[in-house]
Amino acid sequence: MLQPQFASVADVQERLGAAGYLADHAISTTVFLADRLGKPLLIEGPAGVGKTELAKSVAAATSSELIRLQCYEGLDEARALYEWNYKKQLLRIQASKDDDAWDDIHDDVFAEEFLMSRPLLTAIRNPNPTVLLIDETDKADVEVEGLLLEVLSDFQVTIPELGTIVATRRPLVFLTSNATRELSEALKRRCLYLHLDYPDAAREKAIVLSRVPEVAEQLAEALVRTVRALRALELKKSPSIAETIDWARTLVALGLDTLDEETVKSTLGVVLKHASDHERAATQLKLN
Amino acid sequence: MRAATGLLDREIAFLDALRTAGLTVSLAEVLDSTRAMGAIDLLDREALRAAFAACVLKRPAHRTTFDTLFDLWFPAVTGDPSQVDGPTGEAAEGQGEPLDTEAYRDLLRDLLMDGDEESMRRFARQVVQGLGRADTAPGRQSWFSYRVLRQLSPETLMASLLEAMLKGQDRGGLAEKVARQTITERIKAFQEMVEAEVRRRLAEDRGVEQISKTAVQPLAEQVDFLRASRNDMAELRRQVFPLARRLATRLTARRRLGKTGKLDFRRTVRASLATGGVPLVTHHKPHKPHKPELVVLCDVSGSVAGFAHFTLMLAYALSEQFTKVRAFAFIDTCDEVTRFFTPGGDVADALARMSSEAKLVWFDGHSDYGHSIEKFDEDYPDAVGPRTSLLILGDARNNYRATGAQTLKKLVARSRHAYWLNPEPQAYWGSGDSVTGAYEDLIEMVEVRNAVQLEEFVQRLLPQ
Repeated sequence: MLQPQFASVADVQERLGAAGYLADHAISTTVFLADRLGKPLLIEGPAGVGKTELAKSVAAATSSELIRLQCYEGLDEARALYEWNYKKQLLRIQASKDDDAWDDIHDDVFAEEFLMSRPLLTAIRNPNPTVLLIDETDKADVEVEGLLLEVLSDFQVTIPELGTIVATRRPLVFLTSNATRELSEALKRRCLYLHLDYPDAAREKAIVLSRVPEVAEQLAEALVRTVRALRALELKKSPSIAETIDWARTLVALGLDTLDEETVKSTLGVVLKHASDHERAATQLKLN
Repeated sequence: MRAATGLLDREIAFLDALRTAGLTVSLAEVLDSTRAMGAIDLLDREALRAAFAACVLKRPAHRTTFDTLFDLWFPAVTGDPSQVDGPTGEAAEGQGEPLDTEAYRDLLRDLLMDGDEESMRRFARQVVQGLGRADTAPGRQSWFSYRVLRQLSPETLMASLLEAMLKGQDRGGLAEKVARQTITERIKAFQEMVEAEVRRRLAEDRGVEQISKTAVQPLAEQVDFLRASRNDMAELRRQVFPLARRLATRLTARRRLGKTGKLDFRRTVRASLATGGVPLVTHHKPHKPHKPELVVLCDVSGSVAGFAHFTLMLAYALSEQFTKVRAFAFIDTCDEVTRFFTPGGDVADALARMSSEAKLVWFDGHSDYGHSIEKFDEDYPDAVGPRTSLLILGDARNNYRATGAQTLKKLVARSRHAYWLNPEPQAYWGSGDSVTGAYEDLIEMVEVRNAVQLEEFVQRLLPQ
């Protein structure tokens, strides 16, 4: 049932790199372990550091199918696991002739045909390599965590009318969270944990260069340093990697090749999204 | 398990040290990390660190503790580093001979300019070996990081490093700020490396268990407000917004889970269409949330300013949870400071402006609770009403002056709720010039020494 996809930590790093994700040593080791031990991986960190991207890249690197469950307030079993298509069932009953025995219909309407499979069940039943991405777990209600506990520890789902469905092939599970609330201890215990933070200067530069190849190396270096200086300020929302990349794209689009005061001042809106952060950055970095 | 027994013992002892330091490491997680050790290349130290982190480290706040302890229990080198590393760079000529301080400083300058972590770490080992040792008693030696850092004093290299990094660009602008930030980061990293190396040497002399007990620093959210250093306060301020967001999410979730309101007829009928007109599920209107009005009256005199600032910041970050927030500050007289806190504005700036612009001193600039409370009641009689939650922040150290207890009693009676948050440990209340005794009977006084206690209090303040 457990079929590891990666041979070694170096293999993870290489294949993720080929899929366009520059993983550092800690990230590749953790992904390797998640794959090898067959445990779900919970990824936490600020917005825009590449949590979802990691799951997508792993799917691409292992040529697995990516099944995504986006969590939101009010997500329930019917949206996450499975649901009976009662409209179709109703039609089936109405369409049946009077002389059909009730027992037949009864068995008939709870057949595969009337089952609507939602992401969790789909991932478990998929015979091919699968990456299951449960995105923004912290947005879902606490009850959903209970549901996940059952699915993630045994990789099986019990449907009363059909019996227990066990995974033929364990999907690789990634959960992401922005930490807007603490996830329960029980859920954390069942998962491996990876805290993704802003990368160090060298890696961030490499990421910018690989995502925006048009940007000159010198400019990328200056850009990364400036972003790091911004992160050191006490801002409401620190700029993320995604925003650094956006900034690089902006500069390329504007045809600018140096990062001086004037440029920073006019394009600061790309990286800082609060008016108060703007003012703060402008005074502290002396942009006027 | 294929892991050797010696390694297994080491692992268990390490996980145990983590528990002592306050992390929760369950048995399931111990099993996971043992399994993980079997899966990775054990000679790869960083992989081992990542593996342990993935299995047992479940909160980012514990990262520093984890790293400190990992470095102690699984050191990169043992004993005298020159045996392992070989001498660094130019030191090669000396072949392990300790260099003089100037030579070390030159080396450090080059390393800081270059910023390569591995060579910096090697240099830290070498420099601790060379400068960090001192005799504490006849025949006894110990290792000290301050000896190293004082002799090298990396901060004094700033000027020449800046010069080199800016290469003649304009001083005083963005470029300087960015360069300065880069250098500060590297210096800080170097200082941490030296400290880690000193801990490692100490642990070799005295045993790992001994050192790991003292090496771990408390988490920022558990640091006492009254003893917080500037670094702690900065760290706490950074946590205000995440904390407020977490609190707000939890509060809305609690509200939603509470009793639902009246039947929503329209939605119920609409939903019943799907089941052939039979209303199987009823829908209800959500309750209108109760939002209290918050009035904060805080002592901002030197001793408790840090606490007041943090609490004010939190109150403003949470302002969506209240219909209205009004803030008043006092030292020995009282002034309204709400005007400094504009919505969406920068709270840190507001605090700075508050201290310079608000009229808080009337007589001598020492805390006077009596006069401040009287003045508050006199100047702002409409501030406290039947919908108001009144929060008073302060240590009630009144410099032996009048307490104004009668006025406070009236204020409390007029408000819906009233709480006094005191950053001092409860055991010290009433000692010396603390007049908590006079207030305790009139108002509920709560001990709020750190961010964790404050979080608990805020949850209690917002009902439903």
